[in-house]
Amino acid sequence: MKKKRVIVIGGGISGMEAATHLASMGYDVTLLEKDKELGGHLLGWEKLFPTMRMGKDVVEFLNKGITLSKVNVIRKAEIVNAVKTGEIFTVTLANGNKFESDAVIMATGYDLFDARKKEEYGYGIYDNVITSADLEEKFLSGKPILTSKGNVPKKIALVHCVGSRDEKVGNVYCSKVCCVTAVKQSIELKESIPGVDVYCLYMDLRMFGMHFETLYKEAQEKHAVNFIRGRLSEACENQDSSIIVKVEDTLAGKPLRMTVDMLVLMVGMVPSAGTVKVGKMLGLKFGPNGFLKSMDQHTMGTITNIPGVFIAGTCAAPRPINNVFVDARAAAITASSYLEGYDIEKRISYS
Amino acid sequence: MNYDPFVLPLCIGVIILAATLAYKYLYWILTLSNADKFKILKGLFSFRFFKACKEVFLESLVHRKVFKVNPLLGYMHMSFALGWLLLILGGTVESKIHSHRPFNAPYEPVFFKFFNHDISMYPWADEFQLLMDVLLLFVLSGLVLAIIKRIYSRFFGMKKTTKLRLGDRAALMTLWLIFPLRFLSESFTSGIYHNGGFLTDGAGRMFATFLPLHNLSYISWWAYSFALGIFFLALPYSRYMHIFTEVILIFLRNFGIRNCKVYNSFSAVEVHSCSRCGICIDKCQLLTSARIRDTQSVYFLQDVRNNTVREDKAYDCMLCGRCQEFCPVGINLNNIRISKRFDFTPGNKNFEYISQKIEKTAPVIYFAGCMTHLTPSIKLAMEGIFRASETDYIFLDKDGTICCGRPLMMAGEILKAHQLIEKNSKLIKDSGAKTLVTSCPICLKVFKEDYLLNIEVIHHTQFILRLAEEGKITLNKSDLKAVYHDPCELGRGCNVYKEPRQLLNKLVDLQSIKNEAEYSLCCGSSLGGLQLNSVQRDHIRIDTLAALQKPEHDLLVTACPLCKKTLSKGADSEVKDIAEVVWMGMKG
Repeated sequence: MKKKRVIVIGGGISGMEAATHLASMGYDVTLLEKDKELGGHLLGWEKLFPTMRMGKDVVEFLNKGITLSKVNVIRKAEIVNAVKTGEIFTVTLANGNKFESDAVIMATGYDLFDARKKEEYGYGIYDNVITSADLEEKFLSGKPILTSKGNVPKKIALVHCVGSRDEKVGNVYCSKVCCVTAVKQSIELKESIPGVDVYCLYMDLRMFGMHFETLYKEAQEKHAVNFIRGRLSEACENQDSSIIVKVEDTLAGKPLRMTVDMLVLMVGMVPSAGTVKVGKMLGLKFGPNGFLKSMDQHTMGTITNIPGVFIAGTCAAPRPINNVFVDARAAAITASSYLEGYDIEKRISYS
Repeated sequence: MNYDPFVLPLCIGVIILAATLAYKYLYWILTLSNADKFKILKGLFSFRFFKACKEVFLESLVHRKVFKVNPLLGYMHMSFALGWLLLILGGTVESKIHSHRPFNAPYEPVFFKFFNHDISMYPWADEFQLLMDVLLLFVLSGLVLAIIKRIYSRFFGMKKTTKLRLGDRAALMTLWLIFPLRFLSESFTSGIYHNGGFLTDGAGRMFATFLPLHNLSYISWWAYSFALGIFFLALPYSRYMHIFTEVILIFLRNFGIRNCKVYNSFSAVEVHSCSRCGICIDKCQLLTSARIRDTQSVYFLQDVRNNTVREDKAYDCMLCGRCQEFCPVGINLNNIRISKRFDFTPGNKNFEYISQKIEKTAPVIYFAGCMTHLTPSIKLAMEGIFRASETDYIFLDKDGTICCGRPLMMAGEILKAHQLIEKNSKLIKDSGAKTLVTSCPICLKVFKEDYLLNIEVIHHTQFILRLAEEGKITLNKSDLKAVYHDPCELGRGCNVYKEPRQLLNKLVDLQSIKNEAEYSLCCGSSLGGLQLNSVQRDHIRIDTLAALQKPEHDLLVTACPLCKKTLSKGADSEVKDIAEVVWMGMKG
């Protein structure tokens, strides 16, 4: 019998891991990645919370899986069409290549919130306002962290929830990873710049993951990071291009103004452009927050409104890496069940 | 003298109506401030009196402004107002000519045909018959339209027409009956005596073939008189109060009396002048985008009249001023809304703790406004333009300052707003500036309207245009295609439409759009809409953006930091303030 075929769209963590498992189960798997390299956003993170292990270790682990299970990887794949005709999916690329399959895994991931939309924070306007992703890039480069004028910063503030839990920008959900990323980056800043003062401006600290709380405690006790509960209202620039931040310290109950040398915006997750584009092509449903919608929150995660299309990772909701791994494997299993003729829909007594 | 008991309902109705109106109008005029009373006195003996007469003719009778917005609706209003008045005038002249007396019983013209069966014995009798029947037909045609509108408002191109209350319903029913009953009474009588014109006599002859007219005609005159009497009794308690009150309003307005955010008897005159034409309903974006159906100005004024204003309704309005722009009566709907919000404010607060001093003096004072601080690229552009033009200026709110007071004013917190106004006024006075420039139209509105500054107050679009015309800055035209979104507070609020466009024509290839200038749509973030949630605001923003997307353009330009911030969310093209476009060109 001919091998059943699966197309995995998106070569980040979830796509790579789902593709590896499906290929190891004996399916003919094609992984489509828009960039020239597999790994997705993970390529941009230096160290991972909460253990501070290197991001590139995880990329290596994922790549090994792809190689061992013999996944057919197509890089620089720009999808121009994706349709289901009968039981068969056909995905067409910009270069004219066509791929057919019996199932599709959507692993199209997230985009970072465009901090320029929060104009009052001055990203793209003031030189010393950067995002958490920009900071990771600086860490990755291995060079010392300096201000735009080349000075060693003495005071740095990290702003939580930029583009998350913010009705004004239209994103009411929590992006889950930014709080702990801020804690992680605070520690890294403290470690790499001796004597620097670090302030975290937060609404709530959501330390839900295993060991997150420990990391938070360590940041306070060992590294003396200052945590101020209050949302940044606006930032402006001094003559010397340092940044004035205005925030209300809601625990102390008074307004606070301070000058920092660098402001780091903890940007949240939004559904990626690819998620929206390919999701629409396949006729998938989107949830109220714009991410892909699963058939049921509790029991039907990874399963979509189109039989044969499964979702994995952050195209469905913001998630940290450990959850993405579990999710990718779950998507592989549900896809396999579908391909073997097991109809999970029969278990639904509700519509 | 001709008399029959059936004239009594009409006579009683008219007498009570006259007494009620006299009482109300005298009360309102007497409770105006002395300054306003003096304006009336001066106005009565000036050219303004004739201007008001002309306006009464055009607006209260011809309903010119209703015509402009909706010709069919205009015709309907005109046929009732002008048609009925001409019927009254025509009838009066006819009856006086007929009786050869300058004075006769006032009901005689109304029931002329009942009392006078021989209609050939006075001059122009035929012409009068023709005229009176044409006028009756004119009014009846309006009535047909009114009934269609009530049943099927889409026929008028209106998505929604007004809802009625009990008093209105009584008046409406009798009003609708008056003219058909007049037609029937005159036709029945003419069927017996042949004293009608082409319409009533024709119909009378037809009715005579199958109806016992001798019995019916007397009953129908009674019914006609009752319909008139009940209508006049119900009038002061119904929307038809607008018929007379609008005339008073037009005179008061021509005499220079204005609504000033405090509810007074002039506001009452405005409220009672609303004809409830319903034009404001369809123009309200809360209806068209957010599907809120019960807060439009016509309903709000009805609540004000009936003293049933609820807090949530008072606050459920963006104060965008679109309805006001379309209101054929020209009622200052925003100020009435604000004056009613005042009733729900919790009282005053002491702002004594605020202190700020002016460090230096300069000819120009710049007030960016809090929203501009939240859109720092506008602020940076303005600072750049000031630098490049070598303007000597004070940046009043560079480092945080006293609020302009407009948000409080819009919330009806008039007392608190005036405390801030006083503090800022002192700062501005101390600065010695001759010109106040703001980047935020919300601030501009309050500076112009509620501050009594003896200096020029202008928006940055006006200031930049002046700099360019004086050659202090050079504008560089690009070939970018742009559309311009008029901010509510700048356009309808401060009447600044021209300068932004003149400026943009020097900068970009400006495309015209559908809802422009005074008809522009609100972005949805208005500070006035205190009752709106983010989903409703989003609906408004999305619809406004969709309207702005046509025609194709590279740049969406506005002149308000709040509009910019709102429209940036979800716009296909880049959104910029005019100051940014200017500065972009100057920087190269």
